[in-house]
Order: sequence, then C-alpha cells, then structure tokens
Amino acid sequence: MLQRLFLAATFIVAAIGNAHAGMTFDAVKARGMLVCGVHTGLPGFGAPNEKGVWSGIDVDLCRAVAAAMFGDATKVKYVALTNSNRFTSLQSGDIDLLARSTTATLARDTTNGINFAPVNFYDGQGFLVATKRNVKSLPDLRGATVCTLSGSTSEQNLADYNRIHKMSFQAIAFEKIDEVVSAYNTGRCDVLTTDKSQLGSLRATQMTTPDDHVILPETISKEPFAAAVRHGDDQWLDLVKWSLYAMIEAEEAGVTSKNVAEKAKSADPNLQRLLGVNGNMGKALGVDDKFAYRIVEQVGNYGESFDRNLGPASRINLERGLNHLWTNGGLHYAAPFR
Amino acid sequence: MTLRATDRPSGVPWYNDEKTRGVLYQVVLLAVVLFVGWWLVSNTLRNLEQRQISTGFGFLWREAGFAIAEQRIRFEPTDSYARALIVGLLNTLEVSAIGIVLATLLGTVVGVARLSTNWLIARLATVYVEVVRNIPLLLQLFFWYAFITQSLPGVREALHPLPGVFLSNRGLAVPVPEFNEGQAWALVGGAIGIAASIFLARWARKRQDATGQPFPTIFAALGLIIVFSFIGWLIGGAHSALSIPEKSGFGFSGGAELSPEFAALLIGLTVYTAAFIAEIVRGGVLAVAYGQTEAAMALGLKSGLVMRLILLPQALRVIVPPMTSQYLNLFKNSTLAIAIGFRDFVSVDDTVMNQTGQAIECVALIMAVYLTVSLLISSFMNWYNNKVALRGSTR
Repeated sequence: MLQRLFLAATFIVAAIGNAHAGMTFDAVKARGMLVCGVHTGLPGFGAPNEKGVWSGIDVDLCRAVAAAMFGDATKVKYVALTNSNRFTSLQSGDIDLLARSTTATLARDTTNGINFAPVNFYDGQGFLVATKRNVKSLPDLRGATVCTLSGSTSEQNLADYNRIHKMSFQAIAFEKIDEVVSAYNTGRCDVLTTDKSQLGSLRATQMTTPDDHVILPETISKEPFAAAVRHGDDQWLDLVKWSLYAMIEAEEAGVTSKNVAEKAKSADPNLQRLLGVNGNMGKALGVDDKFAYRIVEQVGNYGESFDRNLGPASRINLERGLNHLWTNGGLHYAAPFR
Repeated sequence: MTLRATDRPSGVPWYNDEKTRGVLYQVVLLAVVLFVGWWLVSNTLRNLEQRQISTGFGFLWREAGFAIAEQRIRFEPTDSYARALIVGLLNTLEVSAIGIVLATLLGTVVGVARLSTNWLIARLATVYVEVVRNIPLLLQLFFWYAFITQSLPGVREALHPLPGVFLSNRGLAVPVPEFNEGQAWALVGGAIGIAASIFLARWARKRQDATGQPFPTIFAALGLIIVFSFIGWLIGGAHSALSIPEKSGFGFSGGAELSPEFAALLIGLTVYTAAFIAEIVRGGVLAVAYGQTEAAMALGLKSGLVMRLILLPQALRVIVPPMTSQYLNLFKNSTLAIAIGFRDFVSVDDTVMNQTGQAIECVALIMAVYLTVSLLISSFMNWYNNKVALRGSTR
C-alpha cells in the first residue's frame, strides 16, 4: 500500500512539475534503454527467474520493442507493477510502455489518458475451485465466497455476473495476487476468480497439488490484453504496434528465429518488405529497416513466444485457443507490411 | 522605556521602520504562498489537460459497478462511487472507534499491571509491551489474519459452542433480534434510563459532597438503563423473534456475521496501540508524587480505590495529550486494512482510483478525509484535556 501511495504521490509531483512531457520515442532513443512496466510476477506473462532474468509473453513484447529500436532485445529495464499502480506509473512517465496483462476497455482508453496497442493476448475471466468441492459448473457456486484482485476488471465482471444471475456471491478483494492465493489456500474463500490464463498459471505454479484444483468451463468476460502507452504519443504507439504485428506477421509467413536469415534471402516481396530487404518500412517508423528481422532473430515470432511462455514448452501448458492466428481459427491478424 | 515604531529617530528610512517591515514581510510571505499554490494548481491542470486525463469530481456520481463485502449501509454495485466511498469511510470509522475504546481499556489495564507489586503480572505486562510495540503492525495484521483463517475450521465443520453461534474461518455468525418497529420503544426506554442515570449521578455527587456517603452510582445507572429498556421493549409488544444463522450452501444465512478481516484488523490495531497506551498510562501514574499514594493509604483507602480515586484522575493530566497521538495513529494505521482484504476507505478509494483513473482526485479525497477526521479527534481530545487540566485554584 505504501508503495502505491508513493507512486500516486510521485505521479502528482510529476504531473505538477513536468510541463513538457517529451515525446517518448525520442526520450527512449536518447536514453538508450526502454523502461517497461510488467507484472510483479505472473509466470507466462511477466516474471523473473531465479537469476533475475525476466520472461513471459508481455516481457517478449518489451524485448521486441527494444530490438526494433536499438537492435538489441536486452536493452530493457523492467519495473514490476501491481494492479493498482500500473496506470499511474504510465501516466507519470515512470515507464515508457505498460505490458502487464492489462485488459483494454473504453474507460481506460479515454479517461486514464492512455492508448492501447493491438491485443497481444485474448483472455477471459474464469473460476478456480478445489476439486473436493465437487463443483461442475458456475451455477453450483451460488452463495460462495469469492476472492479477487481489487481494482481489476475481474472485480467488476464478478459484480455484473452476480447481478444478472443473482448468485449472491460474497466478494473479498485483495491488493496483491499473493494475498488472493493465500486467502484461497487457507479456505477463506471457496473460489478464486481472475483471467483464465492467470488461473492456469497460478494452478500450475502456486498450488501444492495442481490436480486438486479445477478451472470451471464458463468464461464470463472478454479480456483482450494489450500494451499501453500515454495518450497522444503517436509515433511511439506506432512502433509498439508494428513490433507486435511483426511477430504475428512473421508467424504467418513462417519466419522463425531459426530460419530468419535464410528467409531474408527469399524472393517473396512480402518477406522482403517484412525483413527489411526492400521497401524502407523501418524508416517510416523511425527505426532501422531490419527492425522486424531483429525482433524475430532475438525474440522469435508470436507462436514461438507463446509456446515458450504459455504453451507446451512451459509449465503452464495453456491451450492456444483464441490466440491462434486467424489462419488457424484464432484472432491474431496483423495489418499488412506495405 | 519601550520604543514604538512610530518613534523612529529621524534619518532612518521608511523601509527600516519596524512596523512597515513587519507588514511588508507578511505581504511578501502571503504573496509567495499564493503564487506557489496557484502555480501548483494551474500547472497540474495544464499537464493533465495536455495528457488528456480528465479532471474533476464528476465521476463520483457514476455507477460503481463493484461489490463491497463489508457494509454498514446498504450498497449495491448499481450505487454511485460516492456511496461506495461512504461505505468505506463508515467501515474505517467503525473499526477505529471500537479500536480506540478497546485499546484504551487494554492499554490502561496493561499499564497498571506493569506497576503491579505482583512480580509475575508486572513481568508479563512488560513482555507484552516490549514484544508488541517492536514488531511492525503490518506483520501483526498478517499474523492475526492467518491465525484466524488457518486455525479455525471451514464452514462445514464450524465450531458451534452455543445454539445459533457459529465460529469458522468465514468469521463469527451470531443470532440478532429481527428488527421490528416495536423495538424502537426499547431504544426510547434506554434513552430515558440514561437521562435518569445522569440525574441520579448528580444527586449522588451532591449527597456525597454534603454527607460523605458514597453511592454505587455505576451499578444503579446500569440497572436503570436495563430496566427502562426492558419496559420499553414490553410496551413495544415484546417482540422476541431472532434471526438465527443457519448453514446454507457455502456459508450462512440469517443472523449477523463478523468477518475475519474485520476481526483481524480490530485485534491487530487494538493489541498494537494498547502497548503504547500502556506506557503512557504507566508514565502518567508514575508522574503523580508518591506522597499521594502514601496519603491515600494513610486514610485507609484500598489499593484499587487509591488507583481509581487518587492516582488516575491526577495521572490523566499527563496521559491525555500523548494519548491523542495514539488515537490518531490508530486511526491512520487502519489504512493497512487493504493488505488483509478489509474494505476501509483507502481500499475502496483504491478500487475507485483504478476504475476511473482519477488518481489526483482520489488521493485528494484520502487526504481530505483523514485530515478532517484527525482534526476532529484531536479537537475532541483538546477539549477533554482542557477539562481534566489543572486550572488555577478554584477552591
């Protein structure tokens, strides 16, 4: 809480003092380092390993932007943020980019003074419950006590669902996910609700026996996670947007970190534009023409990133579902590089 | 001889005149303060506008859209943010008010116990004070919360010590009287009882002043209040229906529930603050000259009466001012509630800040609320301090 108040205070000081919020693109370039706001520790999205190296699908987006800007994916400083202080950190200029499994909503897009990049992960809210409760679906949970994160969309969705279906849930909201998990584990609440991917991650990493817990089939909300930048920072938003598109387009075009050098020699004009052989796409964004090449080389395409962080190669082992490319029945669809 | 400003000797220029300078400095200071204030506000507004962050308190009337587990007044997600904040404020005030009363009682007992001539009691009190006041409050709150939620059984295996009373890791569920309009009469009866007690106390005091005969005022007053409330309840129709908690589904229905979050916060705040209060009470009692004790004992008063009639009233003069700070501390420390999931003002404000993005307004609200309540507490304590303070001799 102190940290949050501190951030709010710095935000106010920054809002008071900093009359000329420089454009982020130039500021990052001059600094030679991207400051990225990520999760305090959500395996698969943003978490440091035992050596302090960050990984996750959100972290990969930060790395992709750094690769596009500097040709070096390691030039990122990570700032761990809670649900409560993420927007103030961005508004106050403490971070350049917020990549922290944040749901894009109309209110956040407008009144918070931020802009969302395209969606990098499609999620939905679900419920985690102990297997021994013998609960098969959501209606069985009438009257249950539900633990959630304060200030999250989950808290609002839960209230909406409660209202529509008259579930008489009792919601208990905590500031940090660790506190939510510990309240769930001590039996203070019957159910834990948050986004399904996070439930999968928590089940795999925070429960002593993952098989004792089950994620119910219902999904009660749409949670499109997107990175965010400050409102009015157009050139910077463009770079973030096209860094993500480069990863998605690369997967569609079959370009991976292994074969990128080879693919760059291809005669396919689409590949030539994507990988900077032709077309001056990077120049238009204000970076090197080979920006997409660097991203794929150092971070991988979207599919590689997903598999490494959330898919079969990870402990979380999430279904790809909506996060397939559009060509495979999913929702990821990059605008064309031309 | 006093030299007045107008008496300045000739040849001293006007700007060296004491009075003129005094006024000048005040004006300059005021201008600087006003300028800084204006600069802060206008610059903030300009920056917010530049970043397209909306400002103003209009958001308070929008629909909140989230639920609050603990509510003293009815609150639905369809109510406004303003009402949500009021619910949070009431929770804060409730836990602070009860905490202040309990901490004062516990602190006084422990403080007096530390002075006890009984070796064991005095040592126990010392250990309590030294352990509790040297461990950060946040840790203690986590401890109490974990203690309550982990050591108590789940709902299905809830402890059932008395009929209708359930104790589980969901909290304490107790029966409460079902509200009926007739019961308002019991409240009226209680009020009459209180009024009668006040008259009784005045009469008893006068009699004691005149004749020296003590009167058991406290017991008589309690009796009066209970009897009058009971009569009121009878007049109201003697409704005795109780709402009794019953296990249903995942929790209890009916009755009233005391949540583990509230209990953990209340216990944590009380135990922590009581340790400080104990030291203040001890210091206050020690500040009364030992001759007072000796004189009282020479008059044949028992040790309990010595404490109650001679030492504590005099010690209050020393105790009250530092006690004010402890009350303020307890009130402000209640903001740690968010760590254990209790919806106090700051916790609700935090959710509102997150949903609306109105960080500056929400932080300003926190400042305004805590400043106002703190000033109220301290002005009440100042009033009380004036009351117990030693005045110029009246007799």
